[in-house]
Amino acid sequence: MNNPQLNSNGELQHLLTTEGLPARILRDILDRATEFVNVAEGREIKKVPLLHGKSVFNIFFENSTRTRTTFEIAAKRLSADVVNLNIGSSSTSKGETLLDTVDNLCAMHADMFVVRHSTSGAAHLIARHVAPEVHVINAGDGRHAHPTQALLDMFTIRHYKKEFHNLRVAIVGDVLHSRVARSQIHALTTLGVPEVRVIGPKTLLPNHVDKLGVQVFHDMTTGLKDVDVVMMLRLQNERMQGALLPSAQEYFKYYGLTQERLALAKGDAIVMHPGPMNRGIEIDSSVADGSHSVILPQVTFGIAVRMAVMSLLAGAK
Amino acid sequence: MKIHIKNGRLIDPKNKIDAMRDVFIADRRVVATGDAPQGFVAEQVIDADGMVVMPGLVDVAARLREPGYEYKATLESEMNAAVAGGVTSLSCPPDTDPPLDEPGLVEMLKYRARSLNQARVFPLGALTYGLKGAELTEMIELTEAGCKAFSQANAPLTDTRVLMRAMQYAATFGYRVWLRPQDSFLAQDGVAHDGEVATRLGLPSIPVVAETTALATMLQLAQETGVTLHVCRISSAAGVELIRSAKRNGLNVTCDVSVNHVHLTEMDIGFFDSNCHLVPPLRSLRDRAALRAGLLDGTIDAICSNHSPVDEDAKQLPFAEAEAGATGLELLLPLVLKWVEQDKIPLLDALSRITINPAHLLGVKMGHLSLGAHADICIFDPKTSWKVEPSALRSQGKNTPFNGFEMIGRVRYTLLDGQVVFQQ
Repeated sequence: MNNPQLNSNGELQHLLTTEGLPARILRDILDRATEFVNVAEGREIKKVPLLHGKSVFNIFFENSTRTRTTFEIAAKRLSADVVNLNIGSSSTSKGETLLDTVDNLCAMHADMFVVRHSTSGAAHLIARHVAPEVHVINAGDGRHAHPTQALLDMFTIRHYKKEFHNLRVAIVGDVLHSRVARSQIHALTTLGVPEVRVIGPKTLLPNHVDKLGVQVFHDMTTGLKDVDVVMMLRLQNERMQGALLPSAQEYFKYYGLTQERLALAKGDAIVMHPGPMNRGIEIDSSVADGSHSVILPQVTFGIAVRMAVMSLLAGAK
Repeated sequence: MKIHIKNGRLIDPKNKIDAMRDVFIADRRVVATGDAPQGFVAEQVIDADGMVVMPGLVDVAARLREPGYEYKATLESEMNAAVAGGVTSLSCPPDTDPPLDEPGLVEMLKYRARSLNQARVFPLGALTYGLKGAELTEMIELTEAGCKAFSQANAPLTDTRVLMRAMQYAATFGYRVWLRPQDSFLAQDGVAHDGEVATRLGLPSIPVVAETTALATMLQLAQETGVTLHVCRISSAAGVELIRSAKRNGLNVTCDVSVNHVHLTEMDIGFFDSNCHLVPPLRSLRDRAALRAGLLDGTIDAICSNHSPVDEDAKQLPFAEAEAGATGLELLLPLVLKWVEQDKIPLLDALSRITINPAHLLGVKMGHLSLGAHADICIFDPKTSWKVEPSALRSQGKNTPFNGFEMIGRVRYTLLDGQVVFQQ
């Protein structure tokens, strides 16, 4: 089975998932992102002309402000022309299929698509469909993958911890419905993190999550013990009641990240969250705003990482 | 028309024949095998040198999409596909639009099928009106119209009281009830086996317990009511084991498997290949091994194509949104032959799963070549290899997980009622 993300020379053609990407490509993206962080910090003018004359189409079939904005800023800093399309669910009611929408945009000479869709596999479908000179970046598909989020998380970890091979990382919360968690797990294991843990009640963990190469914990006390990195996941509102969880209060009581629980981790542990946060549900405010939190730097790094991915796909050195 | 099929290897599982024997046909029936009857003068001679002569295949699950879904397939296209695959008898599930819950619909379907004069169609009637799982259909009327059994197809029947009543009523008249075991709450919006692949790809999943809990309920109710139960499209190792022990305990239960599940697993989904979006979902390697073992020891009685042609647009969608189903009538025989080759199964045993066994499940007299039997015959070349190319398939549904696969064994002639209806 060919990896649909790589071209015949083993170079990145699309970024659809972190699964199956060689470590060299992940490292290349992180290294490029380091340069872009320096560009942003060291210069008056934040733009570089690497994507000058290219058209980037952000097509979001699912609402998102933060992710779309960071992609937009990243593309503009690379001097690309950016078009934002918030298609939501209205396109289907107009009768246009996903691939029809893509064909129309290709006819407008799109060079790159940034796609978010509520169904797993949507980005793969588009990548299979477009012409070879068009690149697709998955900005989140269903429960499947959110590779740029995972890459910015890796960047953040490397920034604070320098290395991956000596880390113990815990991912906490709703792994079952999380595309972020899946992408984080693949990226962490590919980059050589020896111990990745997932922590959550059985209703929020996939049955076969251990097959992804992680250790499974159902309580915070043992799961957080001596970890270097705590990666919190957002708990979607609709999961907080019904058959998955009895209530948000009970969830916080047992799985919320509080100062006491964080004290079980290593003294220099960092706390991450992909946002938007539910304060008082998965994370206590004192932790979110505390000295271990690197949640805002994650956002900053997100722009550099997305610039790195776009420039790599565009073949710019 | 008198036909002499000469020089072929006759395989007739019902009569345990696997030998070089000629077949003689007169007045639409088999009149002799081996030596010609006295005074037999053939009007047509078919030279089956190097070929296998067998009863026409009986496929217990082929969706023809009529009435209601003619944009997916028509009787013409799918009956063409059937005979090209050597299938001369097929049963179609009642999930048409409208569903087969009225005698008039069944009569119309039978009439349309008969006028095409290709394969025989044995419809399954809806067990409940509109397949809604609430009210029983007029089973006597439907049987008189030609229904061979009653089924919910893939529609859920969650009310166990209705299920028990349906079984009791069917049992009163000796009718067969065909059910696919799946708990609709546990399966919910799932599209793939709850295993490693669905976990990786983030696909909503269907756990094995969705099959086993529904199956356990069905088996208990069958025991209670004494109905003749047929379990459709078993997919898991645990499901096979439940049927095995029910059979061992003397329960009147039979079971079939889709040929897709004899060959494929969840791994074949790869990167969201919507051709592998099937019902039931493709399960693990261990499940596939158990299905093959169940076929060998007789726990599973028959193999079907589960032919479900889908229009191209409905497949050009993200995996979960794509419509489930694959074309299969033309691939049933070569895929059974592939299983024979892979697991070194005696051909006679394997072919019983697509001839006499499914005929028994339907209660029809087809599937064998005894003296006096209807001359429904498939003649195939067991050595020719060919590659599956969707555009070359006669079915209107071009979607198959076996796209590009090498197959060995090609149908050369199909005879229905003593007439050649397909030849290549």
